[in-house]
Amino acid sequence: MGKALAVMLILLTAAAIWMFACQRALWFPENISTDGALIDAQFTRTFVVVGLAFIGAQLALGYAAWRFSRAPGARAAHQRGSNRLEAVWIILTAAVFITLAIMGQRVWSRLQLTSAANGAAAVDPVRVNLVAQQFQFTFHYAGIDGTFGKTAPEFYNDALANYVGLDPLDEAGKDDVQLPALVVPVSRDIELTMRSRDVIHNFFVPAMRIKQDIVPGLTIRLHFTATRQGTYEIPCAELCGSGHYKMKSWLIVVPADEYARMAHLNKAQFRARVEELLKP
Amino acid sequence: MADVIKPVPEDASHKPKHFLRRYVFSTDHKVIGIQYWLLALVSVFIGMGLSALMRLQLAWPGERFALLKAILPHAAQSGNISPDLYLSLVTMHGTLMIFFVLTTAPQGGFGNFILPLQIGAREMAFPTLNMLSFWLTFVSLLVLLTAFFASAPNVIGPIAGWTMYPPLSAVGEIAGPGQGTGVVLWLLSIAIFSVASLLGSINFITTMFKMRAAGMTPLRLPLTCWAWFTTAGIALLSFPVLLAAGLLLLSDHLIGTHFFIPASEYVSGQLMTAEAGGSPILWQHLFWFFGHPEVYLAILPGMGLTSHLLSTFARKPVFGYRAMVAATFGIGLLGFLIWGHHMFVSGMSPYAATAFSLLTLVIGVPSAVKTFNWLGTIWRGQMRFTTPMLFALGFVSLFVSGGLTGLFLGQAAIDIPLHDTYFVVAHFHLIMGVAAVFSLFAATYFWFPKMFGRMMSERLGKIHFVATFIGVYAIFMPMYLMGIAGAPRRYAFHYNPATGEGLQYLAGLVPLTRFISYAAFITIAAQLVFIFNLVWSWRRGARATDNPWEATTLEWAIASPPPADNFGDAAPVVHCGPYEFSVPGAARDFRMQDEPRGAASKQREP
Repeated sequence: MGKALAVMLILLTAAAIWMFACQRALWFPENISTDGALIDAQFTRTFVVVGLAFIGAQLALGYAAWRFSRAPGARAAHQRGSNRLEAVWIILTAAVFITLAIMGQRVWSRLQLTSAANGAAAVDPVRVNLVAQQFQFTFHYAGIDGTFGKTAPEFYNDALANYVGLDPLDEAGKDDVQLPALVVPVSRDIELTMRSRDVIHNFFVPAMRIKQDIVPGLTIRLHFTATRQGTYEIPCAELCGSGHYKMKSWLIVVPADEYARMAHLNKAQFRARVEELLKP
Repeated sequence: MADVIKPVPEDASHKPKHFLRRYVFSTDHKVIGIQYWLLALVSVFIGMGLSALMRLQLAWPGERFALLKAILPHAAQSGNISPDLYLSLVTMHGTLMIFFVLTTAPQGGFGNFILPLQIGAREMAFPTLNMLSFWLTFVSLLVLLTAFFASAPNVIGPIAGWTMYPPLSAVGEIAGPGQGTGVVLWLLSIAIFSVASLLGSINFITTMFKMRAAGMTPLRLPLTCWAWFTTAGIALLSFPVLLAAGLLLLSDHLIGTHFFIPASEYVSGQLMTAEAGGSPILWQHLFWFFGHPEVYLAILPGMGLTSHLLSTFARKPVFGYRAMVAATFGIGLLGFLIWGHHMFVSGMSPYAATAFSLLTLVIGVPSAVKTFNWLGTIWRGQMRFTTPMLFALGFVSLFVSGGLTGLFLGQAAIDIPLHDTYFVVAHFHLIMGVAAVFSLFAATYFWFPKMFGRMMSERLGKIHFVATFIGVYAIFMPMYLMGIAGAPRRYAFHYNPATGEGLQYLAGLVPLTRFISYAAFITIAAQLVFIFNLVWSWRRGARATDNPWEATTLEWAIASPPPADNFGDAAPVVHCGPYEFSVPGAARDFRMQDEPRGAASKQREP
């Protein structure tokens, strides 16, 4: 039975190597974000460590199962342990884990704690607001005047498609557009200010390695830059109720000149252009 | 040496005559242990059934099955699983498995039966409290099951997941079906469970301190005992926080407070609160302050047992006994400092995330120490591949496969793309849903002879092991890939090839999703071998001797099953450590803990 177990462990290890190192049909979507590359690089470093440890452990277990099966009349080695070995593997493991942790922390700092992450150094970001609700994302654009209209909860009116609660008396809001998709120019810093009306949702853009809970009662701001044109799905990634599985939106990254044109369109034209872009 | 408090024996060697006192309202730790074990067995089968339904829906979304309509005539009227029902399956599956399987059987089940025996005691410290703990747990299970029927006649329970995040879980039915009464019942169930757990932990800790036999010094305790002790300490410190959080959420539901509901909640067309309110993130902090130690509570007994079994069946002392004890404490302590790694993208301060991330990777060190020591234990051993040994070896393999991916998830930046995807589902299932369950199988096969006086079938056990070992890897390893590809959790389906609905970027996952479902059905079916083995062996298994495994610890020094007062009038005296295998020069390759030192053995006692 020991040999059978050893064979199972070898096959398992081989299958895992194939799944994680050889096939790439199922893997991360291609990264289209400036920050995403940092995450991917740290993932790869960690992957090498984890892969080696996994293969080493499973094969060691398999070797032991094969080799140290009970032989008639034989006694096991009466070994209680080895302080030296204990010290060796504690120090080695701690060194590797802590190094990984520090390297990972540097990526986190870059993403979350630097002023660049907070947009303090951002030069003229494109600003869009997001209001999440059961079960849709609504992106709120400032329109031609470049100023967001005031919003308040008492103005929410889904029947009139006023999802973000624009104050009807505010002049600045007259040209604001509310859309179910996020249109941004390529290679520009985007500032997305997110709120939720009801429960916790999550803004997840796999292609950009972005994921952030949207918490009712908080205003959460993200900064990101897309490096490639295209259309990318945005699934909700925090359980928000019955419709969670179908709550999704689209990120549409357009060339800079296209976006410049769109910024001068009026409400109806802007909406029509986005609908056009959303067609498959 | 610890005090030995001998309770006054009232007709101690005779079992109660009345059926109810003997088998139902018993204060005998052995009966209570079996009761917990049976409760967990029932819960795991319900939980597995729910997961089979979930896998059916995931692989063939929206398809109609006559069988479904037959089982659930109201909730599955059209023969398919609605998204609401799917989410309540998710919620109940998680709750049943984590609380009623992994927080009962390892500690309340095997801990209760075996701990007093292994320390040489005739009972737990507080037998009546022990009985109360079990029956409260039983009531808690009943309350949970009624939550399923909160939207009767539809079977729709709470739908917010076992993590029950507010505001979804706090604002009532307006946020979704089952979110009113269903959540209230769930919270009541968890509150009762928390109290039962606290009572149990007090019992375990006191027993370990006060009831050890003469000669049972701390460093002669089996590693299972150290594990049960640490687990009890974790429960004592973490369950009160869950209880408090649950009461606060209940208060939000029933008496209009806003601990977790923020200002200006607007749900389904209604503005709910106009004044400054509460914090949804506060719930997460409270829940995970409990929730993270909870998972160590679920795994530590299994780790202790694995050390114990590897030593016993390799006929070798545990490699690095003291390091194992230290690692157990280390895991228990560090486990309280890392709850925020569940909250990296929650809106929590990124500075807090930094601290939690560093500490999370540090806890990998004692876990790695344990893994190395397990390998060290079997290295140059003389392994007997009995069924309990196979499951113990399987535990090591699965713990590695599940635990190593903690290195990804523990780094906050890498958690960003992986949080709330199937990568996390694979990680926790491999450690809790599989490794921990393997330790429960191992414990059952190992201690069944002691508990019921009969041997289980080795042949059926090996078939069960092979089918389950291969099956669980087939189910859960591919889920890592699904998560990397970006498949979110708690989705009723990702992509429906029949209608084109769903996430387009996941269209390529359909074959893998179906493969996993097939693997799940086969693996679930294989568990019938286990059930058959249990039932058949209970009635017809070969009679077990006192010590069929040639093990060393005190439970094997008495009859199988033990008499009512365990050791009779002669309390055992312990002469050596628990893992004296293959001592050079000794006549046998093992020495029982109560065996007096013979002239032949010149080994210095530990």
